[in-house]
Amino acid sequence: MSPKKIILRFGKDIADKPIIYCLVRDYDLVINILKANVDQNKEGTMVLELTGEKYDQGLAFLKNQGVRVQPLAEEVFRNEEKCTSCGACTDICPSGALYMERPSMEVKFESDNCIVCQICVKICPVKAMEVRF
Amino acid sequence: MAIEKTYAEINEKIKSGKAVVLTAEEVISLVEEKGITEAARSVDVVTTGTFGAMCSSGVFLNFGHSKPRIRMQKVWLNGVPAYTGIAAVDAYLGATELPEDDPCNNNYPGEFRYGGGHVIQDLVARKQVKLEAVSYGTDCYPRKELETFLTLDDLNEATLFNPRNAYQNYNCAVNLSGRTIYTYMGMLKPNLGNAHYSSAGQLSPLLNDPYFLTIGIGTRIFLGGGVGYVAWNGTQHFPGIQQDSAGKSYGPAGGTLSVIGDLKQMKPNWLVGTSFLGYGATLSVGLGIPIPILNEEVMRCVSVTDRDLYAPIVDYSEAYGQRIPGNLGFASYAELKSGRINLNGREIPTAPLSSYPKAREVAGILKNWIQKGEFLLTEPVKLLPSYKDEIASRTLEIKGI
Repeated sequence: MSPKKIILRFGKDIADKPIIYCLVRDYDLVINILKANVDQNKEGTMVLELTGEKYDQGLAFLKNQGVRVQPLAEEVFRNEEKCTSCGACTDICPSGALYMERPSMEVKFESDNCIVCQICVKICPVKAMEVRF
Repeated sequence: MAIEKTYAEINEKIKSGKAVVLTAEEVISLVEEKGITEAARSVDVVTTGTFGAMCSSGVFLNFGHSKPRIRMQKVWLNGVPAYTGIAAVDAYLGATELPEDDPCNNNYPGEFRYGGGHVIQDLVARKQVKLEAVSYGTDCYPRKELETFLTLDDLNEATLFNPRNAYQNYNCAVNLSGRTIYTYMGMLKPNLGNAHYSSAGQLSPLLNDPYFLTIGIGTRIFLGGGVGYVAWNGTQHFPGIQQDSAGKSYGPAGGTLSVIGDLKQMKPNWLVGTSFLGYGATLSVGLGIPIPILNEEVMRCVSVTDRDLYAPIVDYSEAYGQRIPGNLGFASYAELKSGRINLNGREIPTAPLSSYPKAREVAGILKNWIQKGEFLLTEPVKLLPSYKDEIASRTLEIKGI
């Protein structure tokens, strides 16, 4: 089973702290950062996969630091009926979850690689990409 | 002896189930293996296909008369206005038309989620569509307003009539500026971040008949999942051969088609409402043309490959909008389809906007129809202008009175 994806949201007051480093050093957690948007002047967000024996202690530490933690409940789906395999999304998708298979030129969607940035939902010309909760 | 076949001879073979039909993709390897002459001798028809956004599309509708009658000075279908400056209860619904309350690009980039193309798809899908009409009232057309629901089958006629489809070739769009731009060629990332193209290349109808040797007025075609016809040349039909500044040739471009067909026999997966973020709404159209192999010259044309066909690379951040002539070079469709092109020593990721798998499907369906004897070829009433006619595009000059 693939590790759970979680989303961290932190206020600008703690955006300058080395929080992720502590998760590794003090809780021995394996971290895969899927998406990070950290700006010292704004609220930051980070999507990551987290695994390790001290998972629960790690989450408690995050909450203590004032980080809001929530499971990544939204998922992007492709409506196979609607997708025409035009390809317009394949050079826009930042994680390579949507890609062109060659030489068939069919558009493929590898949802495990999706970081739910939802840019495909906006740009898909036939609205084949959908967000589900 | 030179190979010459007539439309009548080819149709006889189709009727007797003996015609040899290949798609424009399949014929490439045959020609590579056997050569032009042998391929021209053995193949009767080559089918082409394309599926992409074709903005100059729309449908003529006749609603029938209500009791009491209304002239219908203005109409809306699911809130999208249609043109009614023609006879009573006739209208033309254009693919790019938007509801009057669409925020457009006021909230940039606008989404353009529903427009004329989407109404056309809903009609073809036999969904119920809301019709609203108003008029000023006359002695013969007393009613002043009307609101009802209808489906495609309730209409007297629904004639798809697309003034400019099946572009022979198209630009490869890039963005030289420092900000993301939203165009009819999709989202273009800053500083040459990506390159978008829109052609089926070696499967594309007009790239397989570059000199208009067979396609003309009355040519029977695959249109929107049903049968249609070439009505005329398309608007902005400027067929030519692309050249760079040194005079090197980069293949055909510039031709367009005007096509027509009965919407009632078309299918919603081949007429798809389409939205381009920050640009607008349109219709994606599946279109395919059979090419009769009349002689070796026609066979030579249909054996073209993605390696031989080129798209001009154009900057859409300034050059396109400001109508600055020239381009940044040419990229072959083989390069474009590889996922990367090289421009000024830089590798740029590419993506298409027209679906190659769907283009292949169109050519395959058309091949199947012909093989089963359900679809006969038509000899054009008149061929269309070609590069030999040297039609120059006119520009619009802004003048005072």
